[in-house]
Amino acid sequence: MSRGRALLALVAIAAIAAALLAGMDQLTRARIAENEARKLLATLATVLPPTSYDNKPHLDQAWVPDPSALGGSDALPVYRARLDGKPAVLVLSVVSPDGYVDQIRLLIGVDTEGRISGVRVVSHAETPGLGDGIQTDVSDWILGFDGRTLNDPADSWVLRRDGGEFDQLTGATITSRAVVNAVRAALVYAQANSSTLFALAPVTEATE
Amino acid sequence: MNNGTGQGFTQGLWHANPALVQLLGLCPLLAVTTSLINGIGLGLATLFVLCATNVLVSASRAWIHRDLRLPAYVLIIAAFVTTVDLAFRAWLFDLHESLGLFIPLIVTNCIILGRAEAFASRQPVWPSLLDGVAQGLGFAAVLISLGAIRELLGRGSLFSGADMLFGPAAASLQITLLPDQQGLLLAILPPGAFIGLAVLIALRNRYLQRTGAKEKTRQLT
Repeated sequence: MSRGRALLALVAIAAIAAALLAGMDQLTRARIAENEARKLLATLATVLPPTSYDNKPHLDQAWVPDPSALGGSDALPVYRARLDGKPAVLVLSVVSPDGYVDQIRLLIGVDTEGRISGVRVVSHAETPGLGDGIQTDVSDWILGFDGRTLNDPADSWVLRRDGGEFDQLTGATITSRAVVNAVRAALVYAQANSSTLFALAPVTEATE
Repeated sequence: MNNGTGQGFTQGLWHANPALVQLLGLCPLLAVTTSLINGIGLGLATLFVLCATNVLVSASRAWIHRDLRLPAYVLIIAAFVTTVDLAFRAWLFDLHESLGLFIPLIVTNCIILGRAEAFASRQPVWPSLLDGVAQGLGFAAVLISLGAIRELLGRGSLFSGADMLFGPAAASLQITLLPDQQGLLLAILPPGAFIGLAVLIALRNRYLQRTGAKEKTRQLT
């Protein structure tokens, strides 16, 4: 078999592979974009009361100007929920570096009055059976933040064990403490920067 | 060499089972089998890639130069794995979220390159397809058994997340056999995967000893 023919066969296989992938991409691109948008909206909806907004918060996204205030080493997105065009709820993406195993990523909704509309864990690597109680499908613990503000509880925004108001998950004090601190940091940040965050120009995405 | 259809299947499913006997592809096997549905999902994806790769490698075996065969196989495998990955993201999005990185990682599953090299590159298309089906089913069978065992012990349920694979109507398929039980956490954690696989292999060996059957692992080519 000549060297030329062998190379030609390889090129032919590469061409077939490229054609297959191009076709597949065409076929699936719209559906994948739709799936991802739906997933993002569904995630945002977990921290947004259904009647609190009438825009499409997953499309009203900007980048937080100083992500380090929220524990992020890279850019962090903020999603703006609006009602009748007026600011309603900020959904902040927050990173806690103090998880037991790895960082804990959270999504926190804060309304214009500084009240928490919801907190959910986006990703974590806490111990199953102990620290994974921060997930809503394991325990209701994280719902305890709903409706809280910086003034409620006023001086004790820490775990009960640290002299505060919040119960820790049994056997997962480090995890609980990391979440409480991250939520408090997000509240402080949202209150100080609310109008700035709502005024940021939205990032325009290629896909609707 | 002498691989009749029936023999090919007993080889793939039993005598030369990729997971229990050849011990190939253990990384995805151990990682995703935390539930039955995960096992089925990765089993189907691997089965498809294995068959498609075997067919294309076999069909092009006359043109592929020996020295260039590895790049050619890798190209073919990567193309099919990406196809499966895109298909899962478009039509089985939730299952794709659950399996995560392990769909793209099928590309590194040694069963696939192994069968391409050892079988499909030397055999006609039809036997190669059958070999892909047999080996793929053998691998899927272990994924499914291990997934079922771990889900049952760890969470006391079966078919949780069936809606990810079969659509929303299938959510009711979930069977909770041991309600209100906390579950044997170990079964879901990584050590549970190793222990579970070891138990399956031990049971297989025990059966062979009992029946006095000789290990009929053939030369795989």
